Amino acid sequence: MSITVQNISKRFGSFTALDNVSLDVPSGGLLALLGPSGSGKTTLLRIIAGLEVPDEGIILYGDEEVTHRSVRERNVGFVFQHYALFRHMSVFENVAFALRVRGWKQERVRQRVGELLHLVRLEGYEKRRPSQLSGGQRQRVALARALAAAPRVLLLDEPFGALDAKVRQELRQWLRLLHRQIHCTTVLVTHDQEEAFEVADRVVVMNDGRIEQVGSPHELLQQPASDFVMDFLGCPDYSI
Amino acid sequence: MQHNVKPTRSTSRGDPWPVRWGLTLAALAVLIVLVLVPVVNVFYQALERGLAAYWHNLFGDPNTRHAILLTLMVAPPAVLANLVFGVACAWAVTRFRFPGRAILLTLIDLPFSVSPVVAGLMFVLLFGMQGYFGPWLRAHGLKIIFATPGLILVTAFVTLPFVVRELVPVMEAVGPEEDEAAVSLGANGWQMFWRVTWPNIRWGVLYGVILCNARAMGEFGAVYVVSGHIAGRTDTMPLRVEKLFQEYNTPGAFAVASVLTFLALVTLALKTWLEHRERQEIAEALASTKTKEKQ
Repeated sequence: MSITVQNISKRFGSFTALDNVSLDVPSGGLLALLGPSGSGKTTLLRIIAGLEVPDEGIILYGDEEVTHRSVRERNVGFVFQHYALFRHMSVFENVAFALRVRGWKQERVRQRVGELLHLVRLEGYEKRRPSQLSGGQRQRVALARALAAAPRVLLLDEPFGALDAKVRQELRQWLRLLHRQIHCTTVLVTHDQEEAFEVADRVVVMNDGRIEQVGSPHELLQQPASDFVMDFLGCPDYSI
Repeated sequence: MQHNVKPTRSTSRGDPWPVRWGLTLAALAVLIVLVLVPVVNVFYQALERGLAAYWHNLFGDPNTRHAILLTLMVAPPAVLANLVFGVACAWAVTRFRFPGRAILLTLIDLPFSVSPVVAGLMFVLLFGMQGYFGPWLRAHGLKIIFATPGLILVTAFVTLPFVVRELVPVMEAVGPEEDEAAVSLGANGWQMFWRVTWPNIRWGVLYGVILCNARAMGEFGAVYVVSGHIAGRTDTMPLRVEKLFQEYNTPGAFAVASVLTFLALVTLALKTWLEHRERQEIAEALASTKTKEKQ
């Protein structure tokens, strides 16, 4: 399912979070929104998800306009920055949530949750509470939960922000593999250039509510479109 | 720096023992004279002539019986109203930014800062015979002032802040993320509230309801003004205590007072238990997180 963002603007009071932003995410792509804090990347992700309503512009999933559809109707998988796991539910019930509210039968729920926990390598953790998991495990539960109802698009807000360096490294590679397996159109938000370059096939550099440049990691490094991009990407580690 | 309240006996300051003992004794003396003796005395006076007399004082007098019944009729609707209002209001205030939000937060505190007698008077001036709605109410055969509806109204007014005040910080701490996650996973508003929001706030709600109920049953000033103080019709338990006392029926007054005091003690016990439970849950959550991170 491709995502099309057309001329989106969003203001919070006098602050312009997004200023006439347009963007295409091809079906099955893995795209990173990269920028400093306050650049509007999270707001754009939340608008794509339907958690915020844009002041102007439209959002399309494939050919279908979803601008005024609520997040509930859009069938997206959203992974929150701090996971937002349901703290009073077990891992099993967290992952099963989307199936429960859709009225699935217990037998099918058990089977589907089993598949997902296998996918995120957390078999045997069904009965744990989120508070009994490490950061990396919580992150994987959040992913399994978001994928449960086979979402049309997968949206991740700073997915590795709260993890330590080693776990972050492992999870990045794992996310790439996972994406290859499930082929769900994925957009992730990050302020970490290394992360964006390693995980995504295309990177969108944002600044001050505008898109500075869109391209593959290679293109961005070879031909930065503006001073900001050159500045922000700086001197990449591996060119030294 | 330690932030617990355990006595720190081995402090380097080492205050001399007369200071330590003097302060402790002074604090204990104040507590005993101001709190313990009066409370124990209530029960002593109530039970002085034996259980049979106590029972008779409570349930032998039809007016006292009616007062107990009336209190049990007035408090639940007032608490229920504040429960629904409190949850809705805390939700609106913590989840949305809207014009007038600051004014709403200030208005919620108004019942705490207004004297209960004034609160009662406000309702008399609105719904009483000489009030704005008085003639209309009389024309339609409705009675609010000097009747049960008036008692429920003022009680709800006076106890309005309890649930909201308790819930706003709880909901702020929980944050909107879990609710958003629930909706993004396809839950409708109803499913989101009962499956995700409610389990996170239920102890806070219960805490607010318990305090709200204690105050609702104990309210005197506002109820005094709107009730007209009619024995057997609009007297609630606190009003009954006062009337019995005025009539020199001290054992009767203390018997009713002992029930109110008992309610207060139960409230205190529940409150302590809930606080303990909440602390324990937080501690458990923290402890398990730490051990997992280390592995």
